[in-house]
Amino acid sequence: MQNLIEYAPLLVRGAFTTIMLALASLALATVLGGLGAAGKIRGGLLVRSLVLGYTTIVRGVPDLVLILLIYFGGQRLINIAGKAIGVDYLELSKFWAGVAAIGFIYGAYLTETFRGAYMTVPSGQREAAMSIGMRPLQVLRAVTLPQLTRFALPGYANVWQVLIKSTAVVSVIGLEDLVGLANDAGKSVREPFLFFSAVFFTYLFFTWVSQTIFNAAERRYALKELGDAV
Amino acid sequence: MRFDLVAQNWELFASGVWMTLQLTALSLVIGFCIALPFGLIRAKSNGIGSKLINAYVYAFRGTPLLVQLYLIYYGLSQFEAVRGSFAWVILRDAWWCALIAFSLNSGAYATEIIRGAIQSVSKGELEAAKSLGMSPFQVNRLVLIPIALRRSLPQYGNEVVFMLHGSVVASIITIQDILGVGRTLNARYYLAYEGFLTAAALYMSLAFVLVYTFRQLETRYLGYLRVSR
Repeated sequence: MQNLIEYAPLLVRGAFTTIMLALASLALATVLGGLGAAGKIRGGLLVRSLVLGYTTIVRGVPDLVLILLIYFGGQRLINIAGKAIGVDYLELSKFWAGVAAIGFIYGAYLTETFRGAYMTVPSGQREAAMSIGMRPLQVLRAVTLPQLTRFALPGYANVWQVLIKSTAVVSVIGLEDLVGLANDAGKSVREPFLFFSAVFFTYLFFTWVSQTIFNAAERRYALKELGDAV
Repeated sequence: MRFDLVAQNWELFASGVWMTLQLTALSLVIGFCIALPFGLIRAKSNGIGSKLINAYVYAFRGTPLLVQLYLIYYGLSQFEAVRGSFAWVILRDAWWCALIAFSLNSGAYATEIIRGAIQSVSKGELEAAKSLGMSPFQVNRLVLIPIALRRSLPQYGNEVVFMLHGSVVASIITIQDILGVGRTLNARYYLAYEGFLTAAALYMSLAFVLVYTFRQLETRYLGYLRVSR
């Protein structure tokens, strides 16, 4: 226990890295998901097949495989490119390799979430908004997005909960996140159970806090009873 | 790209596929055996047993599989009592630790799936069974569980693919599953892509086969729900 207190600042630093990794990945995934959904809804045949290829392939490959591929493969590409322009050695950031891999994976899941949510907004509403003279951007902001938010929230919350657990495997490429640091510390003081228990409960805390926040958000965006709305 | 090296080492990959399938399938079977009674208890009672099961489900669904695996594989060796006990033969072995972690993990997810499916069975069906004079045990065995298991097929199919993908963490604790073999190949020939790309293709093919199989099962066992819609 003494050791755990001694190493607490280190673990807090690791937990901070884990959270930043998860948030950056979510941001990337949200952008990719938005683009993917737009492509699936509005795109021509070529764009639609590209998005279909993206979502199909990514959802078939485990996260760790993609992380290793991006990290080691990306490093090899950088080495080749570096040699070509005469730069000695550039190291690929472990953090950003992790963000790229996890963001890329969950972007595929969010594509489906956003597309599904968009489809639930009846097209008659958009047409009605346009018929009273609203511009496409106005329609999106005032009619589609508020409802899309409501329909997409449960799926979005789900993806986040899976995503944050996915960050644990980035420690495999040597990122000093919560799992990586706890692994080193636990081995050096020969108390791995204690340190991994701390990691276990930290993740449990993360998922619990996220659940609470998303529940509040779902209440905020829920359909109000008719009585409330008036 | 040196895919000829992959071809030369195809036996390595074949054994990797076998290892992955073995671990995934065994974990799913053990997980299911945990989940069926636990799901029933969760759906039907609110007592202390149900609360304990809920704590187990919550803990295993709320944490990464990798951390659960580390806790069992590296963590338990911290205790002298474990190292001295008869269980040490099992707990020092990476394969057994992976099987234990995966089974507990899958059991937690499947418990939640089965609980949901049981609660979705309509009361009328159970009352109809009771009115025929079936005992509570008969109602469970002949009506409730078959209906619930059918209804849980779509989510259970997701869980199967999830477990297949989750099983990659076994390669971190030196098990030669598909990814483990890919990493070995890359390390042996100093490659950056080939082993991982082959692993990715293999996982993807397995996932597609599983998805297809579950779609067939759904048409076979859930077709009656589609007709009524």
